[in-house]
Amino acid sequence: MDRWSPYAAGIGIGILSWVTFLLSDRALGCSTAFSRTSGMIERLFRGDKVLDKPYYRKFVPEIDWEWMLVLGMFFGALASSVLSGQFQFQWVPERWMAAFGGSFPVRWLASLAGGFLLGFGARWAGGCTSGHGISGTLQLAISSWVATLCFFIGGVATAGLIFRYFLK
Amino acid sequence: MMRTMPGSLYENRKLQLVIGFAAGFLFGFLLQKGGVTRYDVIIGQLLLKDFTVVKVMLSAVVTGMIGVHLLRSLGLAALHPKSGSFGSVIPGGLIFGAGFGLLGYCPGTLAGAAGQGSLDALLGGIAGVLIGTAAFAQLFPKLDRAILGKGDFGEMTLPQLFKVNPWRVIPGVAFAIVALLVWMEKSGF
Repeated sequence: MDRWSPYAAGIGIGILSWVTFLLSDRALGCSTAFSRTSGMIERLFRGDKVLDKPYYRKFVPEIDWEWMLVLGMFFGALASSVLSGQFQFQWVPERWMAAFGGSFPVRWLASLAGGFLLGFGARWAGGCTSGHGISGTLQLAISSWVATLCFFIGGVATAGLIFRYFLK
Repeated sequence: MMRTMPGSLYENRKLQLVIGFAAGFLFGFLLQKGGVTRYDVIIGQLLLKDFTVVKVMLSAVVTGMIGVHLLRSLGLAALHPKSGSFGSVIPGGLIFGAGFGLLGYCPGTLAGAAGQGSLDALLGGIAGVLIGTAAFAQLFPKLDRAILGKGDFGEMTLPQLFKVNPWRVIPGVAFAIVALLVWMEKSGF
């Protein structure tokens, strides 16, 4: 089947969270892996003094469990899309193209700016849609329920504004 | 005795990296199968036209909540709720949301989207996230002093807030989520 019911995928992810708690004493989460990667890249250019930054003392720029998780996600999605014949190189997503046109530089700039806010906000909030949105909420953590609500308030407001005022 | 077995397992660093990769592989596989590694599906959710993302997330939360708390009650797992404060999760969450709405992926689905060939994710989104996390690391000492700790509520969970056993809260939350999902299906969301 090309695409599963969202409930099948969701239940599968829920069961996967049991496994990571049991086997690794960890919850699913993605954004610190990006933070560690940017630290590793910065270290290539600026040397070991990068490790003295207070943030990188908390989140040491190294390959850890979560870094391998995010790497695995890339390959898991690759395998899934190849197996169902959905893998394709796509410069601009369809819904973006319908609204804002097929220019890759425009989409690239928006992706870069959106990615910046996403990474900056995820580290400010202490987690992302996985770490807060799934893993934190399932542990009934207050911080995660508030964070997830804010993710969606910000996301719905921003997507609504962009699609209303910047249409081609 | 059951806790000593996973205890030594947790300390096996190389094995843990392999488990992390395998768990990520399954996570990415499931996200792609659920359709949520696509920009069109995520932006459809944020435009309130396609509720796939909410359905995937809520069914993961309800399944995960019951199982993880069962493992905890059996002494097989420990919880790791994130500590937080209003100064961190509200501004951070809203900035994240603005990025979510502009990019149309979140950090995890971004990795999955890159895997399925979405070049806007691979060449734009990932670079942006890396620059954004680097900028946060740079500004962290200032932000930490100014705002991050404001209104701290620590690692508080709902059961701790109400001072009850988690199993007094879980059935209600599970029922509310399932009822919401059933209602969404019946109303054609």
